[in-house]
Amino acid sequence: MTSENEGFLDGALLNPSSKKGNDLHLKQEQRYKVSIKNLDAWFGTKQALKNINLDIKPNAATAIIGPSGCGKTTLIRCLNRMHEMTPGATAKGHIIIDGDIDIYHKSVDPVIIKRRIGMVFQKPNPFPTMSIYDNVSAGLKLNGVKDKRLIKDVVKESLEGAALWDEVKDELDKPGIGLSGGQQQRLCIARALAMQPEVLLMDEPTSALDPIASSKIEELVHVLKKELTIITVTHNMLQAARVSDYTAFMYLGELIEYGPTSQIFKTPQKELTERYISGKFG
Amino acid sequence: MHENEQISGNRRKIQDIMLRHSSKRRLMDKIVSALAVVGVLAAIIPLGSILLEVIKNGASAITIELVTQPPGAMGSATSGGIAPAIQGTLIVIGLATLIGAPVGILTGIFLSEFAPGNGLFPSAVRLFSDVLTGLPSVVIGIVGYLTIVLTTGSFSVLAGAFSLSIIMIPIVVRITEETLKIVPNSIREAGQSLGIAKWKITLFIVLKSAKSGVITGIVLAISRIAGETAPLIMTILGTSLFFSSFTNPVDALPLRIWRLASQPYDSAHSQGWGAALILIIVVMILSMALRLLTQRKGFKVKASHV
Amino acid sequence: MTAAACYTLVMIILVAFSVGNGSKDVFLKEGFFSFLSGTDWNSVEGRESYGALPYIIGTLISSALAVAIGVPISLGIAIFLSEMAPPKASVPLSFIIELLAAVPSIIYGLWALFVFRFWVRDLVETPLHNAFGGSIPFFAKTPFGLDVFTAGIVLAIMIIPIVSSISREVIKAVPNSQREAAYSLGATRWETVRIAIFPYAKSGLLGAAILGLGRAIGETILVTMIIGNTIGIAAIPTSLFSQSQTLSSLIANEFNEASSNLQLSALIGLGAVLLILTMGINVGAQLLVSRMVKVSAGGRE
Repeated sequence: MTSENEGFLDGALLNPSSKKGNDLHLKQEQRYKVSIKNLDAWFGTKQALKNINLDIKPNAATAIIGPSGCGKTTLIRCLNRMHEMTPGATAKGHIIIDGDIDIYHKSVDPVIIKRRIGMVFQKPNPFPTMSIYDNVSAGLKLNGVKDKRLIKDVVKESLEGAALWDEVKDELDKPGIGLSGGQQQRLCIARALAMQPEVLLMDEPTSALDPIASSKIEELVHVLKKELTIITVTHNMLQAARVSDYTAFMYLGELIEYGPTSQIFKTPQKELTERYISGKFG
Repeated sequence: MHENEQISGNRRKIQDIMLRHSSKRRLMDKIVSALAVVGVLAAIIPLGSILLEVIKNGASAITIELVTQPPGAMGSATSGGIAPAIQGTLIVIGLATLIGAPVGILTGIFLSEFAPGNGLFPSAVRLFSDVLTGLPSVVIGIVGYLTIVLTTGSFSVLAGAFSLSIIMIPIVVRITEETLKIVPNSIREAGQSLGIAKWKITLFIVLKSAKSGVITGIVLAISRIAGETAPLIMTILGTSLFFSSFTNPVDALPLRIWRLASQPYDSAHSQGWGAALILIIVVMILSMALRLLTQRKGFKVKASHV
Repeated sequence: MTAAACYTLVMIILVAFSVGNGSKDVFLKEGFFSFLSGTDWNSVEGRESYGALPYIIGTLISSALAVAIGVPISLGIAIFLSEMAPPKASVPLSFIIELLAAVPSIIYGLWALFVFRFWVRDLVETPLHNAFGGSIPFFAKTPFGLDVFTAGIVLAIMIIPIVSSISREVIKAVPNSQREAAYSLGATRWETVRIAIFPYAKSGLLGAAILGLGRAIGETILVTMIIGNTIGIAAIPTSLFSQSQTLSSLIANEFNEASSNLQLSALIGLGAVLLILTMGINVGAQLLVSRMVKVSAGGRE
């Protein structure tokens, strides 16, 4: 890490290299990319998340499922600290990345977190006044990247990573909103990928798309998870079963059950899980 | 292999660059936020100063004499008062409202209830109403002069009220139409299902529930025309006499303030501030009443859009 | 009722007709284009000649100043109120800004004449004149406070309520998904405004600015009190601190004292020019604002 990084993240580092550090503790938590500990979240006085404890494995896709209002979107928005951007919204707890930075520590600037944790939204939201190229490079340019060749490379990489490159490579200067819904969503994925995130959050990424576009996105998740850690929220259980390695089931703000996807769907441990999976409610 | 190296090389480069620029960007954000605050201050400070000066300079000038006496000879010891201006303002505004409010309300009702679509006539009416809103008030004064003063041969209350009503009507039209649009259709349908004639439904049912919004519109329009000076210059002319007839000149507060401010005497200036205080109290009370009325209905009307 | 509705149509026709009719004398005598480009203003009988150019320039310069100063401030206020201020603060603040709109322009004039001009003269004009008077022509003349510069500043203050409130509405119309897209890329608040809000709201904001311009151009009584009221060629400002005259201020000054029918016609001619100017500007602004609202409504599907 550069000295600037250490400067303002000092207090957030659980085990800064200069201190004694508990090696065993460190090794254990480094097995997880994102470790959520005792997370509560509120909208005003209404509590949306109750004591969530969840460890996300790296280089895998984790799905969060549950009926409407269970808090899955709130949870995902806490992961990149977008939750508190809603007026009146608060959160308390710890979310630890790579075992060494608690993003909820008071010294951490929420803006910085979003560079390591990217997000894709339910409804594609490319910038309408920008071209495809400018959309993808938006985050880079914001962050001070000026080297034109570097930007070109990264745009190409990101569009390839989003499985959109072949479709748009000759039309990079066309407006981003000229694309179809599914393409726009992949454009937003490319835009997020350009930031070189380590974690990609996806909030119901296919619910606004048609089945063909949806399946393209699902294929994408399969490929991306080899490089990134992906956490997706979905209300489509079948999609969760298709796409994820681990699944977390939430209900009314609580984490009910979490485990490998095959286990959750075939042999759920909790009755509530079983009832949701078999469609008895939600 | 080479491509992977390049990709991770790019990734490292980018992460480095991002880190390097963080504090500069945070600084920029802070600077812009500070500028925005400066902007807000740039609006608040003049307002504060205006109110302060008017109250400070005007309060000392408010006397019984000011409010009840006509102006004395210029520069004389008995400086008199601005009573004719106060009277004149009330009369001209009253007359303008008498002309403008009904026309405005009827047009608003027409647009909302009887021709709500995009037909040629209603669109034209709306368009022209909008255009009227944008006309400079001095031009409206010229129209009043040409239409009334020239034809009747004298400056008059009538000409002034006519000009002010031209300003007033588009405001009332727009607000009436908007208010009526908010009234839920179910109320109209209830009336229709009872077999009541349309004009009765409109007048007794719909208008009744839109009453406060419409009154708000009128109050807003009045507060706007109360402060208008330019259209009065060439219509009522201004005088130091009290009201005599609708076809004679009359004085009004904005005009009187202008004339007093143009005189070289301190006593005149002082009277001017006093008149300004009275004027601003009237206008502010009207606008304030507006706010109270609209807040209760949750209906947004803005003085600045007028 | 239809009769009442016809009233607006009748009014417009009346305005156009009476102004046109009243000014035709001077246009016939001087010729339309020479009236627009002439700089005389001579009412001496036998040598009457009238030209509107100095006042067109005065109007344009004072209004341009008003927009140059007022629009950035209004944008700052709009951004502050919609993106930065907590809701509890934004309600009283926007109320205060609305109050600025409720103040009659005669009172702006009074304040400007007796209070503000001294602030401007002492705090801004004199230092600028002392520092740059020799080198930059903008700051050349000895400042009195009653000049086109002060007029521009007070006009700027007067247009703040309308420009900022329309800008606020336009900014509010930008969908939240756009903001979230920018924030999710790690943008700071200002950066989000810059890349997600401004480009989207561009035409609406431009419309707001143009409406402000229209307001500044039409303002009469304030200008006539502080712009210095010069006539003819002398009314063409050579520096920011020059005295000047606008179309509307000259009308206000001379209308009741016009010594001949031709002079009256000339004044009405100024009114005609003013009319054309404002109508063009306001129509343009309405188109821009409504276009932006359409875009955002379409984009929200």
